[in-house]
Amino acid sequence: MIPSPFDYVRVGSVDEALSALAEHGEDAKLLAGGHSLLPLMKLRLAVPTVLIDISGIPELSYVRVEGSGADAVVAIGAGTRHHELERDEVARAEVPLLPHVAGLVGDPQVRHRGTIGGTTAHSDPASDLPTALLALGGTVVLQGPGGRREVPVTEFWTGFFETAMSPDELVVELRVPRTGALGWGYEKFTRRANDWPIVAAAAVDGRVALANMGGAVLRATATEKALAAGASIADAAALADQGTSPVADMHADADYRRHLARLLTRRALETAAGA
Amino acid sequence: MQVTITVNGEQRTDDVEPRLLLAHYLREECGLKATNIGCDTTSCGACTVIVDGLSVKSCTVLAVQTAGAQVTTLEGLATADGELHPVQAAFREEHGLQCGFCTPGMVMASIGLLADNPDPTDREVREGLEGNLCRCTGYHNIVRAVRTAAQAGPAAGRVPGAQEVQA
Repeated sequence: MIPSPFDYVRVGSVDEALSALAEHGEDAKLLAGGHSLLPLMKLRLAVPTVLIDISGIPELSYVRVEGSGADAVVAIGAGTRHHELERDEVARAEVPLLPHVAGLVGDPQVRHRGTIGGTTAHSDPASDLPTALLALGGTVVLQGPGGRREVPVTEFWTGFFETAMSPDELVVELRVPRTGALGWGYEKFTRRANDWPIVAAAAVDGRVALANMGGAVLRATATEKALAAGASIADAAALADQGTSPVADMHADADYRRHLARLLTRRALETAAGA
Repeated sequence: MQVTITVNGEQRTDDVEPRLLLAHYLREECGLKATNIGCDTTSCGACTVIVDGLSVKSCTVLAVQTAGAQVTTLEGLATADGELHPVQAAFREEHGLQCGFCTPGMVMASIGLLADNPDPTDREVREGLEGNLCRCTGYHNIVRAVRTAAQAGPAAGRVPGAQEVQA
């Protein structure tokens, strides 16, 4: 399968990327690891006429703690590849859910290419890292012609391949609260190795996020409210599929996905609680 | 557009279309046919090659993305006088193949795996090769081959030339 023709521009800085985006407009797509975009282009489901390659921007690859005490956040450059995040010592100590989930994306070859900014911008409802980020809270930092802005993760993924980004913006950073020694859990259900989750659940600090239970990754708000009101894990997890709209496909019908959401939520919460 | 890529230690410059996939570049421009295209959807791993020290699926990388990079294919593993790379030798020794279609990708992914984890358990080999499918289901001998290759020490996780395979 061969993509439609396009022009290729490699940029070396965020400023160059923004200039290229401004010049080429909505016909352009940003290329980082390419492991979401190129498959779509090979199927001709995406037909950008210009690809702006941002994978060589060194300033976008880092993991560091910013601030101190309760306000400290872990800042992750959008160009950080999954295999880098998986092994990053700062991430493992400060926000261990994230490197754990990074290590579950696809397979080693995919993790060598894919970036956290790319999977964030792509907004596939079945993607692992956005599910973890949504459970962690925090913000997506966007940079555009008007400067930088931060969008809370709860407002970022708006639908199937849709986000709160404008076409002239670029994801430059993810900012997540430190969780340190807090318990966390991630349950991913697949039937084949290296696959997307049929359903996945992430739990940390009383928050639960679900993959593949609607048009975008989403929070299990009924479960969270029940937990906050003192419900048991089993009772709270039994509400996990409330307000979701899972699709039916060859992997699972909607009822089965609802069952998985409840089950995986319970397991993730139990793991987070050390139970 | 013009790209300069080091393929199996040899720098070459080619005029390629931006949409040319690395797998097609290697097979058709370079004439290196060991790199197979199986699923063409980033699933099967038959097209795995090593780019700047990391295993990647070349059906999901554009050739232009590897401009300036070092690419190693199966053809770049054995020495000029025909001595096999430790992973190739182990696949031969343990008969880690049946039809052979997945083998180039399996060998390249195994080198990446051994660079990351020089002495993997059976389970770690299976997890480390989860991106490579063998339709003959010859996994037992593949796992055995990787364990055997590990006995060769650090050389099993390296490719010839300057580049270090990284985790």
